[in-house]
Amino acid sequence: MESIDVLMLCPMISYLEQELDRRFNVLKLWTAPEKSQFIKDHSATIRAIAGDGGHGADAEMIEALPRLEIVSSFSVGVDKIDLEKCREKGIRVTYTPDVLTDEVADLAIGLIMAVLRRLCESDRYVRSGKWKKGDFKLTTKFTGKTVGIIGLGRIGMAIAKRAEAFNCPICYYSRTEKPDTKYKYYPSVLELASNCEILVVACSLTAETRHIVNREVMNALGPKGVLINIGRGPHIDEPELVSALVEGRLGGAGLDVYEHEPEVPEELFGLENVVLLPHVGTATVETRKAMADLVVGNLEAHFSNKPLLTPLV
Amino acid sequence: MASDQATTPPPPPPEIQSHDLPKVILLHPPPVFKYFKDHFSKKFHLLKAWESPLPLHEFLTNHAHSIQAMLCSGTGPSISADILRLLPSLRLVVTTSAGLNHIDLTECRNRGISIANAGEVFSEDVADLAVGLLIDVFRKISASDRYVRHGLWATKGDYPLGSKLGGKRIGIVGLGSIGFQVAKRLEAFGCNISYNSRKRKDLVSYPFYTNVCELAANSDVLIICCGLTEQTRHMINREVLLAMGKEGIVVNIGRGAIIHEKELVQCLVQGEIGGAGLDVFENEPNVPKELFELDNVVLAPHMAVFTTESFKDLCDLMIGNLEAFFSKKPLLSPVMNE
Repeated sequence: MESIDVLMLCPMISYLEQELDRRFNVLKLWTAPEKSQFIKDHSATIRAIAGDGGHGADAEMIEALPRLEIVSSFSVGVDKIDLEKCREKGIRVTYTPDVLTDEVADLAIGLIMAVLRRLCESDRYVRSGKWKKGDFKLTTKFTGKTVGIIGLGRIGMAIAKRAEAFNCPICYYSRTEKPDTKYKYYPSVLELASNCEILVVACSLTAETRHIVNREVMNALGPKGVLINIGRGPHIDEPELVSALVEGRLGGAGLDVYEHEPEVPEELFGLENVVLLPHVGTATVETRKAMADLVVGNLEAHFSNKPLLTPLV
Repeated sequence: MASDQATTPPPPPPEIQSHDLPKVILLHPPPVFKYFKDHFSKKFHLLKAWESPLPLHEFLTNHAHSIQAMLCSGTGPSISADILRLLPSLRLVVTTSAGLNHIDLTECRNRGISIANAGEVFSEDVADLAVGLLIDVFRKISASDRYVRHGLWATKGDYPLGSKLGGKRIGIVGLGSIGFQVAKRLEAFGCNISYNSRKRKDLVSYPFYTNVCELAANSDVLIICCGLTEQTRHMINREVLLAMGKEGIVVNIGRGAIIHEKELVQCLVQGEIGGAGLDVFENEPNVPKELFELDNVVLAPHMAVFTTESFKDLCDLMIGNLEAFFSKKPLLSPVMNE
């Protein structure tokens, strides 16, 4: 297989790079001085792409690679891959579901706790010496708060299961109501936001879900409501989010993703009711390794004519 | 007739003078006073020792001879045998804390003084904080929030990877009401729970270890949920910490002195354990400054019970206990002092 050209779109953990290097001829796109020229130069031989949540294959790239057979993504989010184009051309697409579900759900709960109980602010309070001058303020209890989840897929269900251990009533919005859950369904995100205290974005990013959390939804969540985003930045109208927080129309936010990563609106840096994480939903040693094994495993399976491990297309 | 008489409003009912209200002595304002003082002063005549220019012992001798009830908290002077002896009529100590380490329990037992504490009113909030601190340490939440706020994500790239919580072995030290709530929450994250407690709890199926060192040797995380007593003082020492191994994490929402703080700091500074989440310290509000250099440590200012919900519930419970006492009804949250 060392003769198979795999186009790697961006640097990923070194374990993945090494494992791909051992099996394939890896072409590292980010090292090229001129990316489109690089793709042109190798277009006759590239048979696979390895990308991640932020770097996928759009229609232009797919058209430029006539021998492309498979796109293997180091993520569960595939909004950067033109899935329609892949289906049209018979190109396989694999991703990394399940191995990261718990990790992302854990982080969602961590973000809720950090915002409600002001963990980051209180850590700063101690480190800056303020505790010597007086007690910290009162924060907000998590146990028993109503949690609304947008998207009740694998990650949404895992978040619900954890929140239930904190006696939180769970409600959700999904494209279709799920018949086999006991959680309360709302037919719109606006209604969901009006009926919960903590709103968590856990759906995939598509044309329909872009800006699914807009000004109206944030106003409905309200000055005591908390918004948590572990989906994709474009799920939330970011400028509206900033003004809702700055003006106090929204009670707080815990964000792991942004519209233009790694840029984060600086107006948020001064706010104590916001927790800002650098897209670390899956960022543990254990999970990244499991994701990497799936990327490599899927490519190996494809090129040995075996069934793909985790195909999406 | 009515027209040539000025209508006078009926006389107001005689105001309940403060000195008709049952008397309660306080040596120090409890944190709950900052928000709910009026709730107490409407119902009780409060003798506030700290407002007197007299030194405490003199104040008590002059003013507290007939006082039957005291309201105290974990902060302020300890309710020592010395102080109790200056309160010959005392029958009840109500503390706003769950912990009792600031009260001379032996003296109370000998004098037949009842004690009421916060019961389970904030077990959930404390358990929530223990879990929050643990997730923060594993997933570097406070550290990476700092990283983003300093503009480093755009310039220095991704933050170093954290560690998975699921599947980790959690050792709970003290499986009382708080420890049990912690266990229940962490089970939902796929963690494996074991514990050490004074006595095995028959109603739970978690593995029980008779000593804390053995618990540590079989755990990736220790969560300190027990009370501070002579037996538990400095129970978590270097030996116990190292038994967890280099990736070991300790979370303390009990009392600072349960951990040997100097040894903990040394283990952390030398990288001999993986990290810590601490809400309590040996000498609050002083925190060893070596910890400020560490990104694998999350620090909180003893705020596990500081939520508006808990404080309101606590206020209601404290008032309820005092009212029960003065109307000779059973206390709401008595402590069995055997």
